[in-house]
Amino acid sequence: MSRLQRFLKRTWQDFYLVLILIFLYAPIATMIVLSFNSSKSRTQWGGFTLRWYMDMFSSRNIIAALHNTLLIALLSALIATVIGVTACIAINSMKSVPRAFVMGITNIPMLNADIVTGISLMLAFIAFGISLGFQTILISHITFNIPYVILSVMPKLKQTSRSTYEAAMDLGAGPVYAFFKVVFPDILPGVLSGFLLAFTMSLDDFIITHFTKGAGINTLSTLIYSEVRRGIRPSMYALSTVIFLAVLVLLIVTNFVPRRKEEK
Amino acid sequence: MSKKLLAGPYLVWMVGFIIIPLALIVYYGLTDRNGIFTIANVASVAEPEHVKALWLSLLLSLVSTVVCLILAYPLAMILRNRGIGRGSFIVFIFILPMWMNFLLRTMAWQTLLEKNGVINGILSLLHLPNQNLINTAGAIILGMVYNFLPFMVLPIYNVLCKIDDDTINAARDLGANPVQTLLRIWFPLSVPGVISGITMVFVPALTTFVISNLLGGSKILLIGNVIEQEFTRGSNWHLGSGLSLVLMIFILISMAVIAKYDKNGEGSAF
Amino acid sequence: MKKGVFMSGLAAAMAAILLAGCGSGAANGTESTVDSNRKDSAESSDELYVYNWGEYIDESVITQFEEETGIRVIYDLFETNEEMYPIIEAGAVTYDVVCPSDYMIQKMVENDMLAEVNFDNVPNIDQIDPAYMEMSTAFDPENKYSVPYCWGTVGILYNTKRLEELGVAPPTKWADLWDERLSGEILMQDSVRDAFMVALKKDGFSMNTSATNELEQAKQALIDQKPLVQAYVIDQVRDKMIGGEAAVGVIYSGEMLYIQEEVANLGLDYTLEYVLPTEGTNLWLDCWVIPKNAKNKENAEKWMDFLCRPEIAKANFEYITYPTPNKGAFDLLDEELQNNKSVFPDTGSLVNCEVFRYLGDDVDRVYNDFWKEVKSN
Repeated sequence: MSRLQRFLKRTWQDFYLVLILIFLYAPIATMIVLSFNSSKSRTQWGGFTLRWYMDMFSSRNIIAALHNTLLIALLSALIATVIGVTACIAINSMKSVPRAFVMGITNIPMLNADIVTGISLMLAFIAFGISLGFQTILISHITFNIPYVILSVMPKLKQTSRSTYEAAMDLGAGPVYAFFKVVFPDILPGVLSGFLLAFTMSLDDFIITHFTKGAGINTLSTLIYSEVRRGIRPSMYALSTVIFLAVLVLLIVTNFVPRRKEEK
Repeated sequence: MSKKLLAGPYLVWMVGFIIIPLALIVYYGLTDRNGIFTIANVASVAEPEHVKALWLSLLLSLVSTVVCLILAYPLAMILRNRGIGRGSFIVFIFILPMWMNFLLRTMAWQTLLEKNGVINGILSLLHLPNQNLINTAGAIILGMVYNFLPFMVLPIYNVLCKIDDDTINAARDLGANPVQTLLRIWFPLSVPGVISGITMVFVPALTTFVISNLLGGSKILLIGNVIEQEFTRGSNWHLGSGLSLVLMIFILISMAVIAKYDKNGEGSAF
Repeated sequence: MKKGVFMSGLAAAMAAILLAGCGSGAANGTESTVDSNRKDSAESSDELYVYNWGEYIDESVITQFEEETGIRVIYDLFETNEEMYPIIEAGAVTYDVVCPSDYMIQKMVENDMLAEVNFDNVPNIDQIDPAYMEMSTAFDPENKYSVPYCWGTVGILYNTKRLEELGVAPPTKWADLWDERLSGEILMQDSVRDAFMVALKKDGFSMNTSATNELEQAKQALIDQKPLVQAYVIDQVRDKMIGGEAAVGVIYSGEMLYIQEEVANLGLDYTLEYVLPTEGTNLWLDCWVIPKNAKNKENAEKWMDFLCRPEIAKANFEYITYPTPNKGAFDLLDEELQNNKSVFPDTGSLVNCEVFRYLGDDVDRVYNDFWKEVKSN
């Protein structure tokens, strides 16, 4: 390949990357710009303002929704992690047929369409007589989070050797003590990534929450949906900007903090 | 033995919140208001308005899957060939929008596409005629592509990263031209990633009701909208469940396709 | 096979960071929010679950009610009567006080879903103009279940400047919404009865018809109109019209004061006008009712009574600008406002206007099926 060809190829590739980046970021950039626009119009710049941010932070609804979203994400991820890890240990010791069966069912909420999962849970809550509210959102989120925990923990658990665990038991450790001393440190990365995965899945969910939420409770997703259906207010742009920056900072931190894993 | 007891809480949970709920959908889907067995709800998918909605859903999700694939494959190739590390910042940049709230991303497009929205604002600055962008099938496809593109890029990129440079060099040394290398080496080796990307985009696109509501102005009814409205506007839960069963069949088919091509789960793991 | 599967990679990366000990600060932060939440819910034992239309109350009225009674209001919104009904029916969420329209109240009464209001707890019911108590006997024959809140009509809102540009005369009747020059400029209501009302009235039928041939004709008319319609929306009509997104929109009366104020505030170069179509329209009345499964019935009655208080009704009116049936509040208004016909239309001048009636489940189903056909076309 000649130098010119290579140069052209590279330029063309750069051009393509930039094009995709524009496609991905143009909407986000627009929202960020509009969040500082004092005019409600989307095509005219009426001057810089922080008014929409004030609106956002003083809105009872937005703050309550933010609070619910974080609380549900944290609790559902924690509970799903505990249930998921115990389930992994049990599933790992099962014979192959029941194990395949349990794993098959475990995968259902992950593979199924969200709308079907949401509706099926709603029907179940009504059948069980559980009134819709915070608790039903939490249960639903735990349900779709468990598979992600199992998915992250299972491979790690398979890698751990049985013999160290048995050796610990031979040396007089109880099963629980042996587990936490010997097995747990090995699967810890899997547990943590399962937890974080569950946390993010819960943060981002809309459809399942839409069907299982009750009176007077909103997560950010359901709040945004009902707001957008009534017309977009500039405080929504402010909210987008804040969320985008939060995610950006989180990712930069994870990227630029040196990883200890590699040092091991 | 005691280890098996640990399965207890999970098994209870599984039965209560996975199996029973699905059984209820099947029950509702196969009965009428008086609790008598009927297949009318499932069969109603053959009614003209449901056929139209299903057909439109299949069409739109297919088009957006293809568009995603066309956009994503070269992108994944470029990223891989630049030797950009997997955890690198460049790759993060391309999947960062995925971490934004899904509804906010869709709302952004509403802002851009509306009649007095940003795009038309720019067009009139350039003295170009305004375009009718929002509330069309095109707007819905755009929304789907935007929301689901990262789901296509990532699995393909992951698979491409696993292809050894030596394989490529060997092909080149044996006289393969770039097109041949692409068709004979790159593409066959990346099939698992492509397949898993396709299902990742296709299933949520097929079942969405949010994108069509927000960008389609309620003018375009997809199968997801029909099901959602049967439940939330209360006309008929039995019918909604029946249609959900049909939808699940389509999902099962795409899962079967995935299982066939992606036995080791190569395409999906990071 | 959703995105989580490969998000796991990112999560693994973050897990590594957490292992390195950076996560402790964040974890502490979230714990403190948990605590504050507990405190909130423990303090308030007296609650009231309110289910209302969007943009249908002055929020300071809620605050005032909370301060005065010590009752904590949990306030929720619905978009259409049809969306509200299954939620109450399923009973998975129990609301104490709900604000449906006429025909939906009738449906709820007939299906035995409402509790009788104890009017001893609602002395301010006297403030409601007897004409509206009379009007509500159409759906609540003995005035046992409902307390009128707002009334109004449905009409066409139009953008004078946009119509001029298109060379179309301002609309005067529903049939004008079938003008092909308005292609892509029409906003229709996204609720089944309202949409059919427009099509039925256009052809001179009753909007309470259950005659299949009339409904067929209306359905066909809506299908024919669909290519001209920009979007089917509900609460968005107002903002979209203010934003100049469309030339004409079907809208509930009562938003006019707000709209005109907003147009003036934004310094827009166009004006929006409201017209009652000559073929007649929907005269509606929204009332507060108490579902049978309400848990805080007495609080609900306090709420009803509070909203009937003239000063409160007046404050509320000034915010939502829908005509109030509250005579006490009406008397408190400026004379200019009292005589503003676009706010308080003469009930006498409302020719051919009807109130929606509940037509039974079977007819409801016909409407729903036809509406789905329109939407999927």
